[in-house]
Amino acid sequence: MKFSENWLREIIDPKIDSNKLSYQLTMAGLEVDDITKACNKFEGLFVSEVRSVKKHPNADRLNICEVDVGEKDLLSIVCGAPNVKKGMRTVLAKVGAQLANQPKLKPVKLKGIESCGMLCSSSEIGLSDDSSGIIELSKHEPIGKPLDELIDSDNNIIDLSLTPNRGDCLSIYGIARELAVINQSNFSEYEKKTIEVSTENASQVKLSAKEACPKYVCRIVENVDLSVKTPLWMSEKLRCSGIQSINIVVDIANFVMLELGQPLHMFDNDLLTGGIEVRFPKGKEKLKLLDETEIEIKDKTLLIADKSGPIAMAGLMGGFDSAVSNQTKNILIESAFFKPEVIIGEARQYGLHTESSHRFERGVDPKIQEAAIERASELVLSFCGGNAGPIVEEKNDKEIPKNHEVLLRKTQIKRVLGIDFDKKFITQSFSRLGMICEPSNNDWKIIPPSHRSDIKIEADLIEELARIYGYDSIPASTSNTVSKIKSIKHSRQIVSQVREVLTNRDYQEVITYSFVDPEIHRLINNEKVLTLQNPIASELSEMRTSLLPGLINALQRNIKRHKERVRFFETGLIFEEKKELSQEHHVAGVIYGNSEQKQWNKADNPSNFFDIKCDIEVLLKYLVGAEKFKFSTESVNALHPGQAMKIYMNENEIGYFGQLHPAISLKLNFKKEVFIFDLNLDLISEKNKTQYKALSKFPIVKRDISIVVDEDITFTMISENIEKNASDLLVNLELFDIYQGKGIEKGKKSVALGLTFQSIRSTLTDEEINNNMHSLINGLSDHLNAKLRE
Amino acid sequence: MKETTKLKDQALLEINSAPDLKHLEQIRVNYLGKKGKLTEQLKTLGKLPAEERPKAGQVINDVKILIQNALEDRKDSFKNEQLKEAIDKGSVDVSLPGKGVRRAGLHPITLTMRRIESLFEQIGFDVVDGPEVEDEYHNFEALNIPEHHPARAMHDTFYFEDGRLLRTHTSSVQIRVMQNDSPPFRFIAPGRVYRCDSDMTHTPMFHQVEGLIVDESVTFSDLKGLLINFLEIFFEKKLETRFRPSYFPFTEPSAEVDILGDHGWLEILGCGMVHPNVLKNVGIDPEKYMGLAFGMGVERLAMLYYGVDDLRLFFENDLQFLDQFH
Repeated sequence: MKFSENWLREIIDPKIDSNKLSYQLTMAGLEVDDITKACNKFEGLFVSEVRSVKKHPNADRLNICEVDVGEKDLLSIVCGAPNVKKGMRTVLAKVGAQLANQPKLKPVKLKGIESCGMLCSSSEIGLSDDSSGIIELSKHEPIGKPLDELIDSDNNIIDLSLTPNRGDCLSIYGIARELAVINQSNFSEYEKKTIEVSTENASQVKLSAKEACPKYVCRIVENVDLSVKTPLWMSEKLRCSGIQSINIVVDIANFVMLELGQPLHMFDNDLLTGGIEVRFPKGKEKLKLLDETEIEIKDKTLLIADKSGPIAMAGLMGGFDSAVSNQTKNILIESAFFKPEVIIGEARQYGLHTESSHRFERGVDPKIQEAAIERASELVLSFCGGNAGPIVEEKNDKEIPKNHEVLLRKTQIKRVLGIDFDKKFITQSFSRLGMICEPSNNDWKIIPPSHRSDIKIEADLIEELARIYGYDSIPASTSNTVSKIKSIKHSRQIVSQVREVLTNRDYQEVITYSFVDPEIHRLINNEKVLTLQNPIASELSEMRTSLLPGLINALQRNIKRHKERVRFFETGLIFEEKKELSQEHHVAGVIYGNSEQKQWNKADNPSNFFDIKCDIEVLLKYLVGAEKFKFSTESVNALHPGQAMKIYMNENEIGYFGQLHPAISLKLNFKKEVFIFDLNLDLISEKNKTQYKALSKFPIVKRDISIVVDEDITFTMISENIEKNASDLLVNLELFDIYQGKGIEKGKKSVALGLTFQSIRSTLTDEEINNNMHSLINGLSDHLNAKLRE
Repeated sequence: MKETTKLKDQALLEINSAPDLKHLEQIRVNYLGKKGKLTEQLKTLGKLPAEERPKAGQVINDVKILIQNALEDRKDSFKNEQLKEAIDKGSVDVSLPGKGVRRAGLHPITLTMRRIESLFEQIGFDVVDGPEVEDEYHNFEALNIPEHHPARAMHDTFYFEDGRLLRTHTSSVQIRVMQNDSPPFRFIAPGRVYRCDSDMTHTPMFHQVEGLIVDESVTFSDLKGLLINFLEIFFEKKLETRFRPSYFPFTEPSAEVDILGDHGWLEILGCGMVHPNVLKNVGIDPEKYMGLAFGMGVERLAMLYYGVDDLRLFFENDLQFLDQFH
């Protein structure tokens, strides 16, 4: 809520400067977001009246006016404003006046006629953006009065960012009340004045929605003069609160709302037929709102209606057809209490938010409606004249919120805050907050005032005490309590190990949005996906079923920025609609460009399948040990059919890796091959504890062989064959070359293998080695048709 | 005698002019070998009269030692020369960059979360996580935010068709943990959260760390102590902090914590004592247990810690940016 600091000081004026005041409010929980100067200084500006207007002889759009500024002689002023007219009160800038961002005003000749000053628009004096014409003042502003005596330019606009529990501070009186408590100064609540009733006319009110609107107060005021201009003191207060001046009656309604916190509505009574009914919609109904949009009324909308149908959406916005205008003679003032939850539901349905709904949503004081309507009536009568009718009040007492007694235990204060307060501080604080506070032994029975609907339980009272005492005054304690050592969580350890390995293998971590572009998503996944109802943008509308769309997006962005080599990984949840929604932790990576960054004596090698394979092998070996995972040659939708492998662990498929399918790569315009992997971290089992094996003291023996096989014999076939046929003396098998070309028959390949033998029991004899070699070479020859290469 | 001296002079001359180790060895054999010249001389000692023998033997022996030393010296000087040559040949431009695989880095948000986690782990906090697609109950209702509550509007929630939603805070994890276990509790819940808001200072996804202690005696005073301690260690300096009253439906009293920066007070985290309704909702007796809770925005802390001035950089994943956090 924005408000004029001077207005607040009219009600309570602690002897503190603006900075201190705003600090106090912030520290009391009414956070000051901003404090700015309300307006520029008014120098040489005076209230004046236009006595005569005649056309400028040399310019169509100019007039020559005689202006009374309370001096002996009238001043001759040339004015170009379209709205200048005889008898109008406005602001004159006399010669010597200082307008914002302008040199001092001098007498000037306009098309040959001298002007001894200037009639001002409200934008020229910095009171609004309106520059459509000169400002029109109320007849109540005395001629010749300096403007700075009517508006104190030494003023600030304070912008409060209020939490939703403090609806009571959405008014000047509410803020003043808080300030009084903080400064322990005297403050008197607004006292209801009863104005004299001078007509019997009254509107019938029927409360059909008794729960939603437990109280409806209204009154007719007849014969009001709406041609009256709003006095400067009032329009300036509205301006400081960011509310535009509309007409005197609407301004009064807004003024009272700002002053007391009760939203009011003004109807043109002559445009109403029959009595008022507060009800929910009957079938399909329509309403043209004040802003001239026509809406179809939805189910749970609380309506103010007359015989003809809806005339306002309760607490939210009035109807266009019953609004007050310049022609209005008789008005109906509405001051009601609507239930917060009803207004919240209503406002949300239409996506509307108004000053009025803002207050009703947060709860207005259920006892203020009468005082507010009297205050508005008083102001209407004093500015617009007229005759007020009797107040009509319909109530449903049962549904009006009441504040119940809350017990506050002294022991609980210490238990929550960690400190004790003395009893005097406690009783004084509560009574300043307007609470009825009755001590009983070491406890207090407390009844909060009607404007504090947020105080419901003991904890609320303790917060109030802490607030008044000052959060900053509560000491900070650092107690050392012994706590247990907990076992290491597998899921957490896995993620941290994944990060360790991948960064060490030159994968940069990225964080991408969990919602992805459907277009990229479709390339990878055609299954059912979870779609946001209200996405920020259509390209951020689907919950990812894979980390790849995000990684691809990040890759594309960096390629656009001329990166030639990119290696990314990300960990996070993916969202799959299976029988139920599953949310599982995955890690995925993408590599693009050379396998290593450019180096000064190494040739550039484009990354290939075996680069990413090694990364996965290293990662899984670290996470679970070599014996726990298996690769299998299977196709994967997103991958090149000839460069894809799935990863299995305990019979579960836990991921895949390979080259991004060339068709996808083509669609995404990648100029180089892209390799990807994906692993489900939730399926990765725990690593077996390392079990030490005794070291052999005996020497190792190495033998190399080179065999020629058909080219479609895979390495796995060879290695499995050797392992089957060698004894446990074979401790290592190493592939060190694969060759095709000169000297090797077409359709064949030469495979060079290094074999290491060692025994734990003795030094190996040549015979033992030869036997082993013999049996494994026979195996290769029998099953794979391998020939030893000469 | 003369013979010996001559031999000595000749040997020294040859040693000093030997071009390499091979020649040097030859010289050694020529003089000191089994049939070497000096060895031959030794053999002639027997022909001398007995009284002259010791002296003559002495002389020959001296010469032998002399030659041996000269050979050794010369050998050393050859080795030194060789070493020098090897070193001269082997010198490289050591300013050339090192070779091999480089290391990449973690995302600055991960780094910041790790920092926060490690600090709280020091004092026995567990680190827990939960689902990101949530239901209304865990994200709102159980946290004392009923359907028609103005606080819901402040959350700008992303919804799915079936009424599920993306969690707007990691406070939902509080509920899940407390439902499944019994007090005392002491944990933090870091993770991604989502709000339907995107501009200069908001991204639709960001990260939070939520913390909770539920125990028989924890107080607001402990909460203050804990958070001041955390902030000072996190930012590695003495800080001016202030706690001011605020409002969260799930804590009472509630506070916002500000730290004094170069340009005034900066909101840094929210906290409070767990609202009794929240404890009741998960079956904990608020008369027996108290709770303290706090929540912080990781991006905000990362921005302050690293001096990043644009929030959106965190999710653009530009290597130029990410490379800085190694």
